[in-house]
Amino acid sequence: MSYSYVPLTPLDLALAASLLIANVAISWVFRLKLERSLAIGAVRMVVQLALVGVVLKLVFAQTSPIWTALIGLVMVVAAAVEVTTRQHRRIAGWQVFGFSSATLLFIGMMITGLGVGVIIGPEPWYAPRYLLPILGMVLGNTMTAVSLVLDTFTETAHRERGAIEAQLSLGAHRYQASRNVLHVALRTGMMPILNSMATTGIVALPGMMTGQILAGADPIEAAKYQVLIMFLIASATALGSFFAGLAGVLLLTDSRHRLRLDRIAAQS
Amino acid sequence: MLRVEHLQIGELPPLTFEVADGECLAVEGPSGVGKTRLLRAIADLEPAHGQVFLDGAERNEMPGPEWRRHVRYCAAEPAWWTETARSAFASAARVERVLHSLGLTPDVLDRPIAVLSTGERQRLALARALIDEPKVLLLDEPTTALDAQAAALVEELIKFQLLSGRSAILVSHDASQIERLAHARLLLPKTQSSIAPGDRAA
Repeated sequence: MSYSYVPLTPLDLALAASLLIANVAISWVFRLKLERSLAIGAVRMVVQLALVGVVLKLVFAQTSPIWTALIGLVMVVAAAVEVTTRQHRRIAGWQVFGFSSATLLFIGMMITGLGVGVIIGPEPWYAPRYLLPILGMVLGNTMTAVSLVLDTFTETAHRERGAIEAQLSLGAHRYQASRNVLHVALRTGMMPILNSMATTGIVALPGMMTGQILAGADPIEAAKYQVLIMFLIASATALGSFFAGLAGVLLLTDSRHRLRLDRIAAQS
Repeated sequence: MLRVEHLQIGELPPLTFEVADGECLAVEGPSGVGKTRLLRAIADLEPAHGQVFLDGAERNEMPGPEWRRHVRYCAAEPAWWTETARSAFASAARVERVLHSLGLTPDVLDRPIAVLSTGERQRLALARALIDEPKVLLLDEPTTALDAQAAALVEELIKFQLLSGRSAILVSHDASQIERLAHARLLLPKTQSSIAPGDRAA
């Protein structure tokens, strides 16, 4: 494959940045006071992406398994922090962070390992140019699924407290009593990937495929990669939803099969 | 026989009392003092320090679900988790008899719960709680949503349960109902200054 693309100059980026004038103008006219958030957001985006670009360039040049693993680990921790802080009703303590780190690490390693190591099979198998972007996509989607499931679980358990406890009073085990809640939470976790599988390519091309096409790849090859990624993401979100549902039951009930909504910290 | 030892509910002094087989203990006290929490703690639906024994066996000796098979909490506002009540009842034969004794016809089982009246739902919940014959009934305001006629049927059914050797702990704001059903009373004090409530038990 020969890659050919038009490189961007700093001037090109400055020109693109000037488009933000539209955002500033709207904020001014309607007195939305969004200028500050807009400036911070834009600067953060530029700095973060520039840093990622530099770091990845270094890591790709090394092709070192240790550096690749380290970057992967940083991604896992960042995703776990995101899951922990995104909860509307947070479960008190460190368990959610611990659980999401472990789950994301496990799923990230398994699914990315399968996708890159077994299916794509680059040389060497840990080639960061393949491994890290795919790990990123797997983690990003798993993170969304895990936080959706946990959030829906706590929210639904809170709302359905009476129904759960009615079943517990009648002698149900905690898994039986949480079945309806689990059902709602798991569906919510799987919905995004089901929707995006069904509609992908019709309205917008997925980001990765767009990138490959812009970089000069054959659209058919790009589509094949996208299909592979979609399947990886689908299985990762399914696993993530399952573990998150299990964690929801274990964190919000105890070994005496009691509902423990008291473990939810004050609403954030 | 149900025995409660040093059960710690909120600000209340530790509670110790017994309810013999066939007996009904009424729990009284001002609103918000912890009557519902006491019933929930006895059913092991929420953590509380202290011990509860049923026929000599401490609740922690058996799994929570097994304990609640024998010691059954019946909430003041019962909740449901299915469209109709049918699935909450396993054996169809006994259900009709219990429903009949509560003044209900079997068709309530197949009507959507959302369209049933509050009183029908409360009586169905009582039927649901009794149907597998738990040894102890923890009744939280069992007749609040009922008219006098339905309430009388519920009281008859509770009496029948007591005569069959089951025991009950009743939370009720109806003094005459307590008069009719209870063999003993437990008064929960507003503050810790009152006498130990355990001393008042039968």
